[in-house]
Amino acid sequence: MEKTFTFDRPDPCNAFIKICENITYGEGPLSGISVGIKDNISTSGIETTCGSHILQGYIPPYNAHVVTLLRSAGAAIVGKTNMDEFGMGTTTETSSFGPTKNPVDPTRAPGGSSGGSAAAVRSGLVRLALGTDTGGSVRCPASFCGIVGLKPTYGRVSRYGLIAYANSMEQIGPMAANVRDCALLYSVIAGYDPRDGTSVDKPAPAPVSPVIAGKKIGVPAEYFGEGVDPAVAETVTEAIEKLADLGAEIVPCTMPSMKYALAAYYVTSMSEASSNLGRYDGVRYGMAPEMVQPWHEAFSAIRRSGFGEEVRRRILLGSFALSAGYQGKYYAKAQAARQMVRDDFARLFAEVDIIAGPTMPTVAFRLGEAADPLSMYLADILTVPANLAGIPAISVPCGEAHDLPVGLQLMGRHFAEDEILSAALAYEEGSA
Amino acid sequence: MVSEEDVAHIAAITDVGVDASELKLFTGQFNAILEYFDILDSVEGGNGEPVGPTNIFREDVVVQSLSQEDVLRNSTDPEDGFIRAPRVI
Repeated sequence: MEKTFTFDRPDPCNAFIKICENITYGEGPLSGISVGIKDNISTSGIETTCGSHILQGYIPPYNAHVVTLLRSAGAAIVGKTNMDEFGMGTTTETSSFGPTKNPVDPTRAPGGSSGGSAAAVRSGLVRLALGTDTGGSVRCPASFCGIVGLKPTYGRVSRYGLIAYANSMEQIGPMAANVRDCALLYSVIAGYDPRDGTSVDKPAPAPVSPVIAGKKIGVPAEYFGEGVDPAVAETVTEAIEKLADLGAEIVPCTMPSMKYALAAYYVTSMSEASSNLGRYDGVRYGMAPEMVQPWHEAFSAIRRSGFGEEVRRRILLGSFALSAGYQGKYYAKAQAARQMVRDDFARLFAEVDIIAGPTMPTVAFRLGEAADPLSMYLADILTVPANLAGIPAISVPCGEAHDLPVGLQLMGRHFAEDEILSAALAYEEGSA
Repeated sequence: MVSEEDVAHIAAITDVGVDASELKLFTGQFNAILEYFDILDSVEGGNGEPVGPTNIFREDVVVQSLSQEDVLRNSTDPEDGFIRAPRVI
């Protein structure tokens, strides 16, 4: 039987783009549990903008597969959470609907691009939220807001109804205040869906229990190298020592492909974005173009006013990287580098069960601190390798640096979500 | 190095409107970012055709799709069951 409730809590952090008025929910494992949905995940009858003016007013005629699963599980969908425009950012400041504030410190950014989801969970507005992670967009805000966020293996969660940014890397992932809640939401959204051509048919997730004793944990030197704040490195090193105290074996290792990972990620994601975002011209959905202008002028005008600066920059750079004469230099080389990252992980996972390091090289940025685009891209260096290789990775809070939250990142073999969730739970509960 | 003319050309072919006032900013940022991407020059291999995922096609089976009404609901001022677009000539 369907039940209803009204959500009337204030949202001082601007975590939501849209809050639903009459919220209904049913029976199931998530019955009555409040859930926020990132605004690039299609919700039938509920406006879905990807944080962009160009999609303002777009009301999807169908649900993403994960939304159907949530509704079947009885979840109470509270609203659509704020995000960097089309997922392109590390602070949630590129949203067309204003930045989200970090509930831990409102002068700080919540991270991005799923910053609204992280802020909604951290401030207690919802118990669970969905984010999406193309280059770290679930793990970064989880780290900055002091919550748990999981990027599942590529193919584990259906992308049907997820509005695409960079298809070959993005996954929908669960976010929650603790590992058990994160695992609960993961257990509902994981599974095969024939409507996503990259979906993989695997058994349902196993229940999580704290397991870390006897696990081999690889710690790549590159995750504590140049650009990583020493205070963050120290907090994460202490967390890894705690894993050792719980019975894990720590194995120092190296990942030489890391020096190419960020460039490979950005070339690939911008190239895919330049193709994916070609569809936005206002004709079929979103903002309306001027019909009497010639179409090149009409489309250029609407894309100029509808897209923000970062989105236009990535479309331009992606188109350039794919253009005749440059494809071999950028896109093809990026794919070769991507294979080197995959090979590095394969080599390491023959020796260790889990790879650990910081989620982010720093703590949360100050709002408005974002300088030039390249400096902002460099903040993604520790999260993009998992997306390039398609492996699962989780960020779990592991203390503070500069009085702000720090995340411990645990990466696992393909489809080993249960293993990294169990390890994260052992860390969180301090038992093995 | 890319020039302002290069950026203006890409903007024109991608229908991404870039104002004259933005050209200098974007060109400077492009050159900084592309300079960083040059690290890929030292990657072995990848000089030929791009490598990456291969397409796997599903069977082309007719299934129920969205109604015409649902498809047109988000478009601007549809007419006689058609989507209207700006003029082509």
